[in-house]
Amino acid sequence: MTNPAEIWSYLASQPLLWLCATLFAYWVGDAVFRATKRQPYANPVAIAVILLGTVLWLSDTPYEAYFEGAQFVHFMLGPATVCLAVPLYANRNEVRRTWKPILAALVVGSTTAIFSALAIAWALGADHELLATLAPKSATAPVAIGISEAMGGQPTLTAALVLLTGIIGAIIVTPLLNLFGFRDWRARGLATGVAAHGIGTARAFQVHEQAGAFASIGMGLNAVLTALIAPWALSFFS
Amino acid sequence: MVAAFAFILLFQLLGEVISRAWLLPVPGPVLGMLFLLAGLFCSARLRALVQPTATGLLSHLSLLFVPVGVGVVAHMPTLLDHGAALGVSLVASTALALVAGAATFTFVARLGKKDDT
Repeated sequence: MTNPAEIWSYLASQPLLWLCATLFAYWVGDAVFRATKRQPYANPVAIAVILLGTVLWLSDTPYEAYFEGAQFVHFMLGPATVCLAVPLYANRNEVRRTWKPILAALVVGSTTAIFSALAIAWALGADHELLATLAPKSATAPVAIGISEAMGGQPTLTAALVLLTGIIGAIIVTPLLNLFGFRDWRARGLATGVAAHGIGTARAFQVHEQAGAFASIGMGLNAVLTALIAPWALSFFS
Repeated sequence: MVAAFAFILLFQLLGEVISRAWLLPVPGPVLGMLFLLAGLFCSARLRALVQPTATGLLSHLSLLFVPVGVGVVAHMPTLLDHGAALGVSLVASTALALVAGAATFTFVARLGKKDDT
């Protein structure tokens, strides 16, 4: 029989192992999520990330080696963003009727997210590079990474902050908006897409179809708006 | 399904090329989404072709964030160094943005209703 170390070194150099691990980790996360009757704290992304992070740490695998395999899943983010046109089209009449509240909530939500994040981090002593890294965190990952890079931030750290923002948003959105008594699924969805991009949108689709459609509108529009607001907002804190 | 996927990728490709050619602040996939949206308005055949694949892909949207998410682990030292600043900032700004967005939408939607009657 071949030395297990040789099999391991083969697997470690191939995408197969980590692609397989990513799908299984998510499957476990999703199973836990269903088993808890879709409680927001059992976020499937968070569970999968904790599982995979632990496995990488125990097996002493660098993130770059993991990403070699996981990049096939990561690649699908682009096509998935394009696909958001489909729920947008399905809700076209609703969007046409409510373009005023959509635009107002988009501008207020996006500006609030960026300015409050920068102001708090600045007050707690974050330096310019960290602020540039943080500013685009409410935009969807590929967009936020591009903005962060252009402003002198650290793109990969931005990706991590984007993800944390999404998970935080997905966890707090339902209890928080219930607390304030917002019942309009359109308002709830749009605010979620603007504040917590794709992960929030995924959460919104789990809760309500219309909320999901409005979340995708919010996320798509916020990707454009963040690119315009973030550099301007950053100039106030340097 | 293959044709649907080919068209989705084609729209992304168009978006990517145009975004880069004119150095637009809008990323390629977002432009691709806008182009696909225009396409859906124009063609019933495209709608029938793309819809099942797009719905399937979007129902697994969460999965697609896992690879980037694992990067959080790679950044643990930096995240812990700035734990207080980043933690408070992320939680507070997300909560504020959610409430501000939902409140603005509800408020402006009510204004609109009053105008109509």
